[in-house]
Amino acid sequence: MTDLATSEAPAGAALAETDDGTARLHRAILIGIAAALVVAPFVAYPVFVMKVLCFALFALAFNLLLGYGGLLSFGHAAYFGMASYVCAYTAKNWGLTPELAILLGTAVAAGLGTVFGALAIRRQGIYFAMITLALAQMVFFFSLQTPRFTGGEDGIQAVPRGKLLGLLDLTDDRALYWLVAAIFMAGLLAIYRIIHSPFGQICKAIRDNEPRAISLGYRANQYKLMVFVLSAALAGLAGATKAIVFQLASLTDVYWTMSGEVVLMTLVGGLGTVFGPIVGAIVMVTMQNYLATLGAWVTVIQGVIFVACVLLFREGIVGVIAKAIKKPL
Amino acid sequence: MFELLGIPPQALFGQVLLGLINGSFYAILSLGLAVIFGLLNIINFAHGAQYMMGAFVAWMALNYLGLNYWFALVLAPIVVGAVGVVIERLLLKRISHLDHLYGLLLTFGLALIIQGLFRNQYGSSGLPYGIPPQLAGGQNLGFMFLPNYRAWVIVASLAVCLATWFLIEKTRLGAYLRAATENPTLTQAFGINVPLLVTLTYGFGVALAAFAGVLAAPVYSVNPNMGGDLIIVVFAVVVIGGMGSIMGAIVTGFALGLVEGLTKVFYPEASSTVIFVIMVLVLLVKPAGLFGRPA
Repeated sequence: MTDLATSEAPAGAALAETDDGTARLHRAILIGIAAALVVAPFVAYPVFVMKVLCFALFALAFNLLLGYGGLLSFGHAAYFGMASYVCAYTAKNWGLTPELAILLGTAVAAGLGTVFGALAIRRQGIYFAMITLALAQMVFFFSLQTPRFTGGEDGIQAVPRGKLLGLLDLTDDRALYWLVAAIFMAGLLAIYRIIHSPFGQICKAIRDNEPRAISLGYRANQYKLMVFVLSAALAGLAGATKAIVFQLASLTDVYWTMSGEVVLMTLVGGLGTVFGPIVGAIVMVTMQNYLATLGAWVTVIQGVIFVACVLLFREGIVGVIAKAIKKPL
Repeated sequence: MFELLGIPPQALFGQVLLGLINGSFYAILSLGLAVIFGLLNIINFAHGAQYMMGAFVAWMALNYLGLNYWFALVLAPIVVGAVGVVIERLLLKRISHLDHLYGLLLTFGLALIIQGLFRNQYGSSGLPYGIPPQLAGGQNLGFMFLPNYRAWVIVASLAVCLATWFLIEKTRLGAYLRAATENPTLTQAFGINVPLLVTLTYGFGVALAAFAGVLAAPVYSVNPNMGGDLIIVVFAVVVIGGMGSIMGAIVTGFALGLVEGLTKVFYPEASSTVIFVIMVLVLLVKPAGLFGRPA
């Protein structure tokens, strides 16, 4: 349906991905990321790093759908935010341990993704984007109107971080950091595995030429739905983790601006690259941190980055690097 | 006074009227989106922001230049349409060869910029804009009180929608436009200046949004955020109606506004989501949209 990722991200399927050098490079990068995760809390403020990790995982999940499924969802905030609400609510009101609350949030996001995905894949291209956006707006209004569950405008505040498995106290930022780092790394490895699995290859084939893939006997819609659900679940995982980190779930997480932000992170980092969304999330979260005092100017600056990226910098940061070293990243 | 299903008629017809007003905005905005999409192949995410700009131009004309509502009704579409022409020439033209999803992303960025700038300048609490004195007051129809201004909004929107339909379906210019929508290359080969047509079409679509914005200014206050949520509802309207037919966009817009108004009377909790629910049902039953051509 769309050649968004292929025509613009040269890092994609054009280069042989089974190439040994590339696999070795990717393994080195993954090890590098793991090493950076170990060092990060000692050189940076742990809560900031956790925020980056949550958004990086969110962007990775979004990119799985857009970069490898070729489907532009403009409503990923729904899964992120709904998981965040479910996690916050169950941790606070049911007294669930953090790992159970996060898993439940993720499961709800996956369920929501199954329903919304099944609806949205009935249309293609531009309509797909509009449908996902409209469905997400429906979730936003639902959240706004059910204050008993979501806390309305106040959100769910003071969510207890609790004890991991009922044993390990997570109130200390350092302790929580290791959990968040582990979740992020697991999410990253899962996405890496999905992309390079036969399933991922078929998704890319459908992205590049859907009629051809169908003629080869693949049920394109089933693959599209599956990649949609995976993406929604991982976005939910990120949202639920964020609720535990900030002890807060609010309307901001389900609003369309959040959907826009994750698109922007992916675009800045590099559409259809494995590691781009991480770089995009680091750049955008850092930027928001420094520009927080500027108020509404942040929106203007985000808009300018959007326009500039689309006009001048469609490969994104990692896409440009991948082009320079002639290897898919 | 008679009562209908326990609802006082004043409340019922009041909401129906407000529903029709919202419906007229849905109709004008989805019409603009459909015209732009037809020729430029992009979904104009900035449409809501341009609607908001229309309202703001009216407010500025009144407060800085002393120009009243009737001048604003002409001025705002021209000014905002001109901004649209500049946007098309400077930005959209450059990405016309790319996948149309990039158009969505670019105009999304533009919407953020426009909204952010207005919010910085005017805050988000909203500015009052009075009803023009000629249209103040209302008529007592016996079963309800009809404010003149609200009646005017519906009549004016309907007139603009039908004029647009006539322009596109019945005039020579409209024929060029439809030809260029079908096959731009061949149309250009016949000596029609397609790039100019594209620019004017975008300007026209944007001007329609600004016109709706001026109409909306006295009903809702002038607020930088007024277009942000509206545009998403209009997207749902477009998905329901399909973008293939001009008349379809008009009918769908008004009908959905009416449904929304009625929902506000009988089940107010669902009034903000009813259009999205209808969208879901349409997707299940007729995925191409009520008036859409299957892709």
